[in-house]
Formats: sequence, C-alpha cells, structure tokens
Amino acid sequence: MFFLDHIWLIPLFPAFGAAVMFFFGRKLQKQTVSIVCVGMVALSFLWACGAVWQYQGWAEANHHQPFQKVMFTWLGTDTGHMNYTTHDGTLAPFQADAGFLLDPLSAIWLLFVTGVGLLIHIYSTGYMAHEGGYYRFFGYLNLFMFSMLTLIMGNNYALMFVGWEGVGLCSYLLIGFYFHRPAASAAANKAFIVNRIGDAGFLLGMFTIAWYFGSLRYVDVNLLARSGHFNIGDPIITAATLLLFVGACGKSAQLPLYVWLPDAMEGPTPVSALIHAATMVTAGVYMVARSNALFVLAPTSMKTVAIVGALTAIFAASIGLVQNDIKRVLAYSTVSQLGYMFLALGVGAFAAGVFHVFTHAFFKALLFLGAGSVIHAMSGEQDMRNMGHLAKKIPTTYRTILIATLAIAGIPPFAGFFSKDEILWQTWSSEGGAYRILWLVGFITALMTAFYMFRLVFLTFYGKPRMDHEVEHHIHESPKSMTVPLVVLAVCAVCAGWLGWPHSLGGSNRFEHYLDPVFAREAQVFQEEGKEAQLVAGEKEEKHTNPLEYGLMFLSVAAAGVGFGLARRYYAAADKGYAEPIEQAAPPVYRTLQNKYYVDEAYDYVFTGRRKIGDVRLGAMGLGEASSWVDAKVIDGTVNGAGRITRLSGKISSWWDKWIIDGLLVNGLALITHPLSWFARLLQWGLVQWYALVMVVGLVGFVAYYAWR
Amino acid sequence: MEALGQISTLHYLVLAAALFVLGVIGVLTRRNVVIILMSIELILNAVNLNLLAFSRLYGLHGQVFSIFVITDAAAEAAVGLGIIIAFFRNKETVNVDEVDLMKW
Repeated sequence: MFFLDHIWLIPLFPAFGAAVMFFFGRKLQKQTVSIVCVGMVALSFLWACGAVWQYQGWAEANHHQPFQKVMFTWLGTDTGHMNYTTHDGTLAPFQADAGFLLDPLSAIWLLFVTGVGLLIHIYSTGYMAHEGGYYRFFGYLNLFMFSMLTLIMGNNYALMFVGWEGVGLCSYLLIGFYFHRPAASAAANKAFIVNRIGDAGFLLGMFTIAWYFGSLRYVDVNLLARSGHFNIGDPIITAATLLLFVGACGKSAQLPLYVWLPDAMEGPTPVSALIHAATMVTAGVYMVARSNALFVLAPTSMKTVAIVGALTAIFAASIGLVQNDIKRVLAYSTVSQLGYMFLALGVGAFAAGVFHVFTHAFFKALLFLGAGSVIHAMSGEQDMRNMGHLAKKIPTTYRTILIATLAIAGIPPFAGFFSKDEILWQTWSSEGGAYRILWLVGFITALMTAFYMFRLVFLTFYGKPRMDHEVEHHIHESPKSMTVPLVVLAVCAVCAGWLGWPHSLGGSNRFEHYLDPVFAREAQVFQEEGKEAQLVAGEKEEKHTNPLEYGLMFLSVAAAGVGFGLARRYYAAADKGYAEPIEQAAPPVYRTLQNKYYVDEAYDYVFTGRRKIGDVRLGAMGLGEASSWVDAKVIDGTVNGAGRITRLSGKISSWWDKWIIDGLLVNGLALITHPLSWFARLLQWGLVQWYALVMVVGLVGFVAYYAWR
Repeated sequence: MEALGQISTLHYLVLAAALFVLGVIGVLTRRNVVIILMSIELILNAVNLNLLAFSRLYGLHGQVFSIFVITDAAAEAAVGLGIIIAFFRNKETVNVDEVDLMKW
C-alpha cells in the first residue's frame, strides 16, 4: 500500500520540477533541465503505475469503493464556523479538502496523462534542443503536469477547479511561448479568455451543486444523487449539469467555444500534442464523466451534450477537409474527435466516451508529435502545399504517422476502430434509437475524418516534392529522442484499442468492465427501482451481439475506406498547384470551409466588437463604447451642467455683491457722506503749527475778553 | 521799593512773559521739529519762572511744582526726541509741514 498511501506525491513530483525551474532554471545546463523535468514526470508515471496496481488489490477488498486520501482541509474548517444554508434550509459546512481520490476513472486518466506526458517530455528534449527558453518551456510543462494531475486526482469539485484553472494558465503560457510573435500572443489571449467563459459556467455549476447537495465531494454528491431522492429531470440538477457542460465546452473546445483550439497551434508542437490534443482538452470529458450520477438525472442535459458533441464533430471535421496547415488539420481533427467523446457521453455511453479519450490520447499525440517531426525536417514549414514525397526521407516519422492515421480513421484492428465503433453503436442503439440522426452525423464525420487524414498523409509523404531546393536539401530524420517516443506511441496506437475488444468480435471489453464501478451502478439502481432508466451504459449494452452491429461495423470501415480512396484519388500524385476537389466542385462551399464558416468574423462582429456593423459596434467593445458615450455625454454632461449652474449662480451673486452690496449700500453711503462733509473738512488742513496758532489766537482772545470785560 | 535797582515780582513776570512769547513764536514759525521742541522748552521755562516768582509771595509750593515741571520737561524731551528719530527714519526729514498724512 506504499504507493497508494503516498498518492499525493504523484502531482508533487512535477510541481517540484516546476519550482526548481522557476527558481534556478536560468542557471542550469540544458542537460540538467532535461534530467530534472523528464525525471520528475517519469517518477510520477512510475508512481501512478504503482498506485493503480495497488488500487486493484485494495478495491477487491473494499467493494470497489473509490480510494480517498485526505491530506488536510484546504478551504473552510471542521469547526462549523463557516456554514451555509442549502436549498432545503439545513446547514452545511463550507469545506473543501486537499484530498485525492482514485477510482477506475481517475486511474485511466492518471495513467495516460503521465504516460503520454512522459513521452512528450522526452520528445521535447529533442524538439526544443535548439530553442531559447529551454528551462522555461520545461518549467511550464512540469507545471502543467502538476495542474493536470491535481485536476484528475482531486476528490472534490473545488480542487478540480484549481487544476482546471492551472491547466488553463499553463495552456496560456505555452501557447504564448513564442511571445515575441504577435500571432502567438494573440492566440494565447484568445485561449485564456474563451476558457474564462467556460470557467464561469463551471463555477456557477459548482455553486449550484454546493447549494443543492451541501457538499462538493464527489463521494457525497454521488451518494445523494444515487439515493433516489431526486426525480429524473430535476430542474436544479438540469441547470447545474448544463452549467458544468458550459465549462466542459470551454475546456474541451466544443461549439460554440471551440474557437481557441485551432489558434492554439501557435504554441510549440509538443505543447499542441500534450495539452491541446491528448490531455488538457479531455478535462471536460473527465468532468462530465465524473458527474455522470448528476447527468443521468438530467435528460435535457444529456441531450444537449449529445447534440453539441455531434454537431461539433461534423462541423470541425468539415473545416478540417480543406485546411492546408498540417497542425490546423490536426487541431480541427481534435475538436471533431472531442465532439465524438461528448456524443458518447450524451447518449449515456460514458465508458465508450472514456475509451475514446484513452485511445485518442495515443494516436492524436502521435499525430502531433509526428507533425512536429515533419516540421522539424522541413525547417519550420507547416504548409502542406509545400511538402510532398517525404515518405522515403523520414521513414520512421512516416510509418508512425501512417499508423496513427489508420487508427483515427477507424481501420481495424487499430485503436480508433474499437472506440469509434463503440460510440457509433451506442449512439445507434441507446434509448430505443432516439439518437439515430446523431449516428448519421457521426457516420458522415467518420468518412470526413478518413478523408482529411489520408489527405494529410498523401500531401505530406506522397506526390511530387513541392518544397524549395534549399529546404529539400536539409530534410533529415529527427534524432532518437524524438523518434523513440513516436515508436512507443505508435505501438500504443495499435494496441490500446484491444483493451476494449467488444463481445461481438469475441472479446470481453475489459475496458468497460474496469469502469463498471464508476458508471454501471446508477443504471442498476434505476432498474431496481423500476424507474425509466435514462441510460444503461454497462451491462445492458455491452453483452450485445446484435447482427445489426456487424452491419454498422462494416459500414464504418467502408466509410473509412471510401475516405481513403477519395483522398488517394485526388492527392496521391499531387504536384505543384494541385487541384482541390471541393474547390472545383463547389467554390462557395470551399471558400466557406477555408474561412472556417466565418465564425471568428461573426464573433468579432457580435461579441468582441473588433468589427463594426455599419457604425454600430456590438459586443464587449461595443458595450465599452456605449458606456464611454454614456459616461462622456450623460454622466460628465450632468457634472458639467452642475458646474455651469454653479458658475452662473456664482456670477450672479458676485455681481450682486459688487454692485448692490458694495456699490449701492457701502460705496453709495460714502458717496453721499463725502459732499456733506465738505465744510468739516475745511477745518482739518493738516498743518500742526496752524492748529497751534489757532489755539494761541483763541487763548489770547479769551484772555483779552476776560481782561477787558 | 522805590529804588530802580530793586527787582520786584513784576520784573520776573515780564521776563517770563517775554520768554513765553519767544517760545510761542518759535513753535508757530519754525519748521524744524527739533527747534519746535526747544521752543516748547522755552515755554516751559517761562512757566517755571512764573512759578518761582509767585513762590516769593505764596510759599514754597511753586518751587516744588517747578521741579515737577523740569522733570516733566526732561521726560518730554526724551519721548519727543525718540519720536523725532523714528520719524526721521521713515521720512528722512524733520520738517513739520511735511507731516500731513492724516490730511484728508
């Protein structure tokens, strides 16, 4: 139980690495940086393997409970001083633990996050070898690992939110890694701001849960939700789950908040592989899967999730058909695949969605790393129009990318086939076929996926070389540190799907069985209580051997084949100035797709206000402009008006003082007194000696008068 | 009494009157304040002479009184000269006809 008891070390290893980079990274050799950062993630991976292995034994003995390890109370206290009133008037402590939870769901995330993360760290030592800011890059990567592990290992929503914000921050930092490039800096801002919108939804959903359930711990919330106290369709739970889904839309790039992910390709390619393909963007899926007990109580939310997922899948895939930047194709592919995952969650096939997250992590990370290797070989060129004929020159990269492409296109027996097929089958069969229109959407998306992926392969590795001679001269296979992770991931991209080998093909679908403790329980509860089950994820659907399933399986493989055939026909011999089939068939459609349905432009008009409609600016900047106008004209006008009135009254009272008080009453009186005093003034002429003379004369006069009287 | 050489009270009074008139004329006609002050001293001394002359007839009160007057004159001279110096510092003159600030 050693690993399990010290499970808290798993996120702390990379946190330590990040701290070392933060404080001393500048002074360290590149080699030391690599050893510390890669080593920390390797430790995390090994520890995670040990913990998951020990959890197996622990779970056998403990009725498959989630394993919890509470370190300390992080928010609030145990003493009851910080209570709040829940919806039914009882008091609940405001409390969140720094506690870790391990169950099959977090175990899966734990393993592939640390595993894929380790491979990408190793790859980065080769990819970033000649870049500046080496230690900064690895510090951010380690910080990201810490945040992501916090997100998936927390035992309550508040701690998940900490990790959620942490990965958002690291995503921002790494997208803007080349911060001297304005495009990278703008993309980083866009990612951060769009994510904030989702985060607001997450926060509100979290508060709603705290208010309704009186706790943020998954265990408490799930226990209450499964207790049968709540009706299916409970409006508060519906609101809470919809708000949580808004958060998931932001982080996992679903309509309408997906816009940041394609721009996030401005970051270094390993970042795109780690954060924007394999791990961080699946956080939304994790959160919805983690809240499955709530979502099954809210059919409206489930429908919303399914519809948004399906629409995102086909929407992004259609944009991916015509993109020319190799990383952008993969970005839209990621958005599209995330749409698949949400489609699965929405139709109640949680295990199938998680399975697709798992397989997708390997083959999409592999695709991105392979694309990074291609870009490396092409001296930084990312435009597929300037590539071609690389298969012989970089054979390892070519082979691994081909495997990943076969996997994502859904060719058996590669990983993507099993997960994608499971999703499509679950969509077809759940709720008695209510979602069959969404199955059609998913099916068309599968065709598109095969087409744009093989288009990528043919444009990059086949056809005529279309690059400059200078570039062509420098083409070389990447170093071992980059190709070894590619090979390891390629092996995973082949084999990962075998864990979920379905019953219909003679397997036992171990992957879904492994997740049973997380997902199957509430389905059983509902069935026992005779309520109409919103979903029956585990037992009911997995033992199916419906003949229809073989038909659908055949159809989706055929769709992949058609996509391959079309791509081969149009791109296999692409020379300079090759023709785009969609452009020739329907130029307006091509333009619309090339401009991504003008969504960014529409957002600029409606939300950001960077573009005006006529003279009117809408959105945030429009609001700012309107506020500024109100401030300048109304508020300041009132202030200035008050000032003017004061000045006018001052003028009046000054005039009154000057002319009436001073003029008429004071000076006027003096003016009247002045002439009246004329005679008196004559006596006062100012010469003292004259006064004395008068006195003498007077004295003499008096004396004379009395002498001679 | 009949002898011309006999000095009578009347002589004193006449002398005093003459001194008084000289003093008054000095006060009224001279412009220099110092001279005016000196003239006032003359007037005071004329009064002293009167007091002394009458003290022959009526006892010593007049003489005592004249000592008061001399004291008073000394004090007056001190104060008056002080005023004159302060005045000179401000106006650079001691002419009394130039002191007409209070005139309307």
